[in-house]
Amino acid sequence: MNLAYTLRLADDALIIGHRLSEWCGHGPILEQDIALTNTSLDHLGRARSLYQYAAEQFNAMGTEEKKNYFSSVAIQNMVSAGETLDEDDVAYLRDGWDFKNLLLLEQPNSDWAYTVARSFYYDTFNFFFFSELQNSSDTTLAAVAAKSLKEITYHLRWSSEWVVRLGDGTEESHKRMQQAINDLWMYTGEMFVMNDADKDAVQKGRGVNLDELKPKWMERVQSILDEARLTLPAATWMQSGGKDGKHTDNLGYILAEMQFMQRTYPGMKW
Amino acid sequence: MAVHSFQEHFDSLIDRDITIEPKDWMPDDYRKTLIRQISQHAHSEIVGMLPEGNWITRAPSLRRKAVLLAKVQDEAGHGLYLYSAAETLGITRDEMYNQLHSGKAKYSSIFNYPTLTWADMGAIGWLVDGAAIMNQVPLCRTSYGPYARAMVRVCKEESFHQRQGFEIMLTLAKGTEIQKKMAQDAFNRWWWPSIMMFGPPDAESPNTEQSVRWKIKRFTNDELRQKFVDVTVEQTKVLGLEMPDKDIKWNEARGHYDYGQINWEEFWNVVKGNGPCNKQRLDARRNAWDEGKWVRDAAMAHAEKRKARTAAVKAA
Ligand SMILES: [Fe+2]
Ligand SMILES: [Fe+2]
Ligand SMILES: [Fe+2]
Repeated sequence: MNLAYTLRLADDALIIGHRLSEWCGHGPILEQDIALTNTSLDHLGRARSLYQYAAEQFNAMGTEEKKNYFSSVAIQNMVSAGETLDEDDVAYLRDGWDFKNLLLLEQPNSDWAYTVARSFYYDTFNFFFFSELQNSSDTTLAAVAAKSLKEITYHLRWSSEWVVRLGDGTEESHKRMQQAINDLWMYTGEMFVMNDADKDAVQKGRGVNLDELKPKWMERVQSILDEARLTLPAATWMQSGGKDGKHTDNLGYILAEMQFMQRTYPGMKW
Repeated sequence: MAVHSFQEHFDSLIDRDITIEPKDWMPDDYRKTLIRQISQHAHSEIVGMLPEGNWITRAPSLRRKAVLLAKVQDEAGHGLYLYSAAETLGITRDEMYNQLHSGKAKYSSIFNYPTLTWADMGAIGWLVDGAAIMNQVPLCRTSYGPYARAMVRVCKEESFHQRQGFEIMLTLAKGTEIQKKMAQDAFNRWWWPSIMMFGPPDAESPNTEQSVRWKIKRFTNDELRQKFVDVTVEQTKVLGLEMPDKDIKWNEARGHYDYGQINWEEFWNVVKGNGPCNKQRLDARRNAWDEGKWVRDAAMAHAEKRKARTAAVKAA
């Protein structure tokens, strides 16, 4: 269960990092290009720490359990050959159904407003989540959380400032920002869904109680939207499934691109 | 002071290796030449982000992905320092962007080649950043102060990039047969464009003489190219790869490696816009700029609203 919990956090970090890295070289302002790349590197760094930890947990399992843990031929072959997994195997050799990231994070960049809105929702969540995770009884997770929190605090400031800037900028930017806030709203509910891995983690003192996070998140989002002269979207049907491996169309394309080298040239060191 | 004594003062600074600073008098041609050279360099850094940026989402390992991302980010930083240095000469960043987007300003032609395999990330770091260092280290002592200081920072990072690129090549060259083939293939494609990076031969390079006099340039194109060839031949031995040029031969009398005929027709064609990726590179830059307009406008509008509100609060 702890593996599932660790992996999901790693997948979140990798997928948002991937999306943000797509901006590199294409940003609207050179300074922002640099800022976003920094953030992408932070997420990628956190993903790596968590994947390393996930690989460690996986390698410690019994052979039978390992064999069927991932629905990936490549990984099953490695297990049969008695090989151990590393961070890259975990990231590059699983298919979408074994990825547990939030649907929100795999949504396309679309434009600057969507990118900002996606980050804003996630950064706000992350800030409260990792603040709590620092108290995890799992010392590795607690250490990752402590290290990440500084970065995430900066991410949150960055995305909040952009929400305000665009919301309270020009007529066009206001319209675009409101649209992005509205369109991505349906992916925010999933952040607070307590699945089995969450419940287990909370029970063992390793994880974060998402029910307690929700009001804090809501309050912060509301206050930034107010400052930005934007409207909190009306209650709506919330999409979910990412945490259980049921994704939107987007993830398959991300993985096809990200994993192609490892798939085409298997078993090589780069 | 009459103009000729301004000129004399300027010449004496140059002769004594004292840097020229933004507020100093300088000949118009010196200013123009520098603006052209620095902005061209800045554009090269920014356009140069694209061929490697291509591979960020496809890097074969998480570590390589992080290193590549950081490298491309460094190039953006180099662009920033250089645009700032050029701005001290009385041109704005927007004006320079316009010159790039309209095709008036050039950037290094090397970035008009495609990046076809992962090994290209190695070859670019090793050869392209390597050639850039060769070109740029002397510029750390160039006569214009802000440019020289920008180059000191840039060169430090470029040599880091070069080592990373070489390390990718080494990993591939010492890897499986296919990886070695990938490395050789990338080397073959990037070698000639890399030695073209030093510009046309001295005999056909109209700007060289004046630039050397002004200490904007410290070595001629051919001198730098030769140095690069000599170094690369030795590094190729370490990699265990083959030089893509069959005419490479040690010349005892010159104390240098001789090399084969460079295809200058290809070079001029790429400069003129006929390279394999000229259009894609420029389109990518223009798109980023055009699609970013509403964002820049919003940021400006918001800053002004803020200022007005603060002023209103103070007045009250
Ligand atoms: Fe450079
Ligand atoms: Fe650079
Ligand atoms: Fe570089």
